[in-house]
Amino acid sequence: MRLPELLRHSWTVAAKDLLVEFRSRTAILSAAVFVVLVLVVFNFGRDPTAVSNVDLAPSILWVTFTFAAILALNRAFQLELENQALDGLLLAPIDRSSIYLGKLIANLVFVAGVELIGVPLLALFFNVRVLPYLGPLTGLIALATVGFVAVGTLFSAMTVRTRFAELLLPVLLLPFMIPPLSWAVLATGRLLADRPLSEIVGWLNMLAVYDIVFVALAVLLFPATVNE
Amino acid sequence: MRILRVGRWITVIALALLAGIYVRALAYTPVEQSQGLAQKIFYLHVPAAIWAELAMIVVGLSSVFYLFTKDPRLDRFAASSAEVGTVFCAIVLTTGPIWGKPIWGTWWTWDARLTFTLFLFLLYAGYLLLRGAVTDPAARARFAAVIGICGMCEVPFIHLSVYMFPTLHPMPIVLKPSAPSLPGTMLLTWLLSLGVFTLLYVGFVVQRYALSYLREQLEAVGDVGGGRGHG
Repeated sequence: MRLPELLRHSWTVAAKDLLVEFRSRTAILSAAVFVVLVLVVFNFGRDPTAVSNVDLAPSILWVTFTFAAILALNRAFQLELENQALDGLLLAPIDRSSIYLGKLIANLVFVAGVELIGVPLLALFFNVRVLPYLGPLTGLIALATVGFVAVGTLFSAMTVRTRFAELLLPVLLLPFMIPPLSWAVLATGRLLADRPLSEIVGWLNMLAVYDIVFVALAVLLFPATVNE
Repeated sequence: MRILRVGRWITVIALALLAGIYVRALAYTPVEQSQGLAQKIFYLHVPAAIWAELAMIVVGLSSVFYLFTKDPRLDRFAASSAEVGTVFCAIVLTTGPIWGKPIWGTWWTWDARLTFTLFLFLLYAGYLLLRGAVTDPAARARFAAVIGICGMCEVPFIHLSVYMFPTLHPMPIVLKPSAPSLPGTMLLTWLLSLGVFTLLYVGFVVQRYALSYLREQLEAVGDVGGGRGHG
């Protein structure tokens, strides 16, 4: 399979998912409300006199993104269970990898949408200065998100076809999310504390390696999750 | 069944030797100067930790070969290794705090190495939970293989992280680039213990492998009826 063809097919699959989402908008709206609620809950779960907002912000940010991403990931293949849509997708004369890549792209767009809501709200609710670091912060969030969404998309293809899918996905995924998440939290902390960029290059490299390894692995392994 | 008997014998011999290791570690190996008797746990903790991690590599490698060959024996082997790995992880996570309390003054600390042993344990737990949640044997084997391979690829990242975080945990004193930095008698005790734990791992895995083979035979004739606990 040629690469341009693979990408074109992936985009078709992604566009289909995004169109379904765009027409109903239920998932993204629920996710947005969910993000607001998690941030509000955090406000009550801390002591502002003991820990400064800047110190707490990275953890709040990434815990919120983790929960929101898991909700989004559950949705990706759930969509295909109705009317056996997945069988139709598998019968299409396209490479299985492009189905995975399509789902990955759609999930990434969805999670990016949630993050786009989350960052300004964090800045607003917790009075954190985000604007001066917007460029590097965006890069950092993108690198970390690609890694765990790649693994999550692969796992959700399996968990939707098990009993208790909603519970099993986080149980399987969280141990895989922890390494990129811990690097992202540390790097975000440095960034918001106005430390020089050179201090977080190490974390960014680790995130990039993680992304490359797990995206490649997921593309290779995905056919094994859908072969009947 | 012959293989089950073989596994039992290996385990019995390994357990007897483990008792021997206890005797040797307590009575015939010098007491470490600064840590005192607490250091004795090192002879159990480190070999168990090494096998807890190697078991994950075994799970990953047999999963890779399973996806190529679709040989159910490899799937059974991966599952057995994962279960034994879980037990060894539990040994590491119990012996660690027992040592940590007198030496560090706390049962648990969010140190990188402790945290990631915990994640290895959770990785195994996820793997085994997934196996329990899928009823179709072919799908179960494929799904488990995918998780197993991902788990194996996660291990190097865990290791890298360990060296990137500030840590309280003692640095490796045996498995490191330079020569082991401990006296000969201690090293010998430790190496014997590593041998015993290897034997223990093999014994457990062989037994577990035989049991899952028997379970599959029962499932094939419909005796188990999908329910656990009858087998």
